[in-house]
Amino acid sequence: MRRKTSRLLRGIALLSALALGATACGGSDDEGSDQKPVSASDLQAALKKGGTVTVWAWEPTLKSVAADFEKKYPKVKINLVSERSGDKHYTALSNAIEAKKGVPDVAQVEYFALGQYALTKGLTDLAPFGAEKLKDKYTPGPWNAVTQGSDAVWGLPMDSGPMAMFYNKKVFDKNKIAVPTTWDEYVEAARKLHKADPKSFIAADAGDAGFTTSMLWQAGSRPYKVDGTKVKIDFSDAGAKKFTDTWQPLIDEKLLAPITGWTDDWYKGLGDGTIATLVTGAWMPANFVTGVANASGDWRVAPMPAWTKGDKATAENGGSSLTVPELAKNKELAYAFAKYANAEDGVQTRIKQGAFPATTAELQSQEFQNTKFEYFGGQQANKIFAESAANVADDWSYLPFQQYANSIFNDTVGKAYVSSTKLADGLKAWQDASVKYGNEQGFTVEK
Amino acid sequence: MTTQQPPAAVEPRPAPPPARRDRRSWTGWGFLGPFVAVFALVFLAPIAYSIYLSLFRDQLIGGNTFVGLDNYTQALQDDRFWDSLARVSLFLVVQVPIMLGIALLIALALDSGRLYGTDFFRITIFLPYAVPAVVATLMWGFMYGTRYGLVGDINDAFGVTLPEPLSPDLVLASIGNIVTWEFVGYNMLIFYSALRVIPHSLYEAAEIDGAGQFRVITAIKLPAIRGALVIATIFSIIGSFQLFNEPNILRQLARNAITTDYTPNFYTYSLSFNGQQQNYSATVAIIMGLITMVIAYIVQLRGMRKGA
Repeated sequence: MRRKTSRLLRGIALLSALALGATACGGSDDEGSDQKPVSASDLQAALKKGGTVTVWAWEPTLKSVAADFEKKYPKVKINLVSERSGDKHYTALSNAIEAKKGVPDVAQVEYFALGQYALTKGLTDLAPFGAEKLKDKYTPGPWNAVTQGSDAVWGLPMDSGPMAMFYNKKVFDKNKIAVPTTWDEYVEAARKLHKADPKSFIAADAGDAGFTTSMLWQAGSRPYKVDGTKVKIDFSDAGAKKFTDTWQPLIDEKLLAPITGWTDDWYKGLGDGTIATLVTGAWMPANFVTGVANASGDWRVAPMPAWTKGDKATAENGGSSLTVPELAKNKELAYAFAKYANAEDGVQTRIKQGAFPATTAELQSQEFQNTKFEYFGGQQANKIFAESAANVADDWSYLPFQQYANSIFNDTVGKAYVSSTKLADGLKAWQDASVKYGNEQGFTVEK
Repeated sequence: MTTQQPPAAVEPRPAPPPARRDRRSWTGWGFLGPFVAVFALVFLAPIAYSIYLSLFRDQLIGGNTFVGLDNYTQALQDDRFWDSLARVSLFLVVQVPIMLGIALLIALALDSGRLYGTDFFRITIFLPYAVPAVVATLMWGFMYGTRYGLVGDINDAFGVTLPEPLSPDLVLASIGNIVTWEFVGYNMLIFYSALRVIPHSLYEAAEIDGAGQFRVITAIKLPAIRGALVIATIFSIIGSFQLFNEPNILRQLARNAITTDYTPNFYTYSLSFNGQQQNYSATVAIIMGLITMVIAYIVQLRGMRKGA
């Protein structure tokens, strides 16, 4: 009993520490904790002095940004480590933070995973560096994600992922199939396509937590409700049913290619017509250009299919920020690089290579909206993305331990893809496992 | 000559002073010291640290608290742990006899002296053991692929549909196949070297008694290499319980078939690296270590008792 009380007290203490984060910035740690405000001139001095900044990020456009940055500040060396992404990236990052060794100066962290790192004080609050002044530069969605509803700023938004449907026009034309605008049409198109060409599938889906949560988001499901340490997880609402009712037939009739995203097979499938559509975030074009270069000209962009005809609601998928871990060695330089990449000249460099910005000015500029994508046969794809960005359904939140929840997605929901388990039952199992973990970690979790 | 022995030697020797005895024991420690230091550092300290870790619980909310044996109670009631243990036990019961059986057959064949090119044959069988497990698994993983792999190519070429080696029902057998391929050569070498040291006189005696080849195997060779058989079995039991590399790498190709708690070792890995539950992970590892020790010990006792 006593133990429980002290745990609760500690929980409250931690929460209040978090709330005070902006002003008292991490006062509990003894090393490098008393983060004094860092002025613009301090940053300039650090840049003049130089040093090495280690950046863990897989975003492909950062390569040129790093090169430009080194040119502009010759004394600074950027060490870009980009071979890890997704789970492996977070595993490495968490390990480094846990071991207090080998922590990078800058780390790419997707919005869904920020909560966990912010909660465990793995990241530096960037507000004392002047980050809170950048608020008006960004669209509200990504800014809410990096602040987690507090005064602290846990990272600078790098991109956002309003969703759209990328489709292989060549495959659609060849099989004379209309591009679907609703999910019902999508299922019909899937059947027609696979019948016309058994080697072609409407999409590759081997069970992906990020995709599934985004689909639920668009369908109006709100499975996660987070209020401090009080969490509610419930996959039984009407939105979730809408999704499972539509997706289950695709699985049952084997209309989805069982290819895991970001593998060699996946890139190959996107290139050779095996995978006909990809419903994902607007940050995807840069990956198409580098990863599926051979299919340049085949692909086009269309709005994300709707649940009812004419409904414009979309969702976000992915999108990430550049963060500065609490144990970073050179925080001034790290912040300077993150700011350069996500709020200064780097933004333009990244847009030119197909990245999707989180900054309002760029999103609304004529130049951005009129950009013709050579890869998409000259299509002005940004118009579709910007439209989607304006129609992202609100009130979605991720779990403060989403990273763990995603890691067990394939243990639970994944069963629906390879056995007789139904998608809805898989989601139920995922819910139970997430609730169990949340309670073990000291959250108060309700079903 | 003997009379010349100095009387001093006969004189009653004074009892060695305590200081001297001390010095003697310190000399011993001096020799032992380097070993003990390294042993304590790389062997005892990690175990002690794991036990220490297993008594705490570090939560995202609430921080680090001493919980006594709570983690152990939790682990003993953890279905995910027992399921993974059941899975490697099934693996052990099926794969180890097959692997050791094949290894034994090859060793006996090599030892029979009736084969041509034994050196070449021996090295070929042994070669997979020299391939790192990670590389071997990647290679097999590619062959198992039904889309771009060997199985897929066979399906395309002959218009057949082979069962998917990476489907949930078959993936354990597929892992067993990889492990067998990797370790048959290693076990064969253990058996073969044990066979080579059997004295030739026994064979000559058997020949005089008119024993055939089969009788020689059952009456001389197998009893003589019982020790090697027990050792190989114990190694294989430990190897099965520690199964990790193969499922970990194949999981990238079959995420839905291989869960994050597929084997006890993989479960501890996931607990600590995905869930940040280092304390619970240490607990599961300790329990698993104890189970492995007990089973290996039982096998050793039984194996040796029969031999006596």
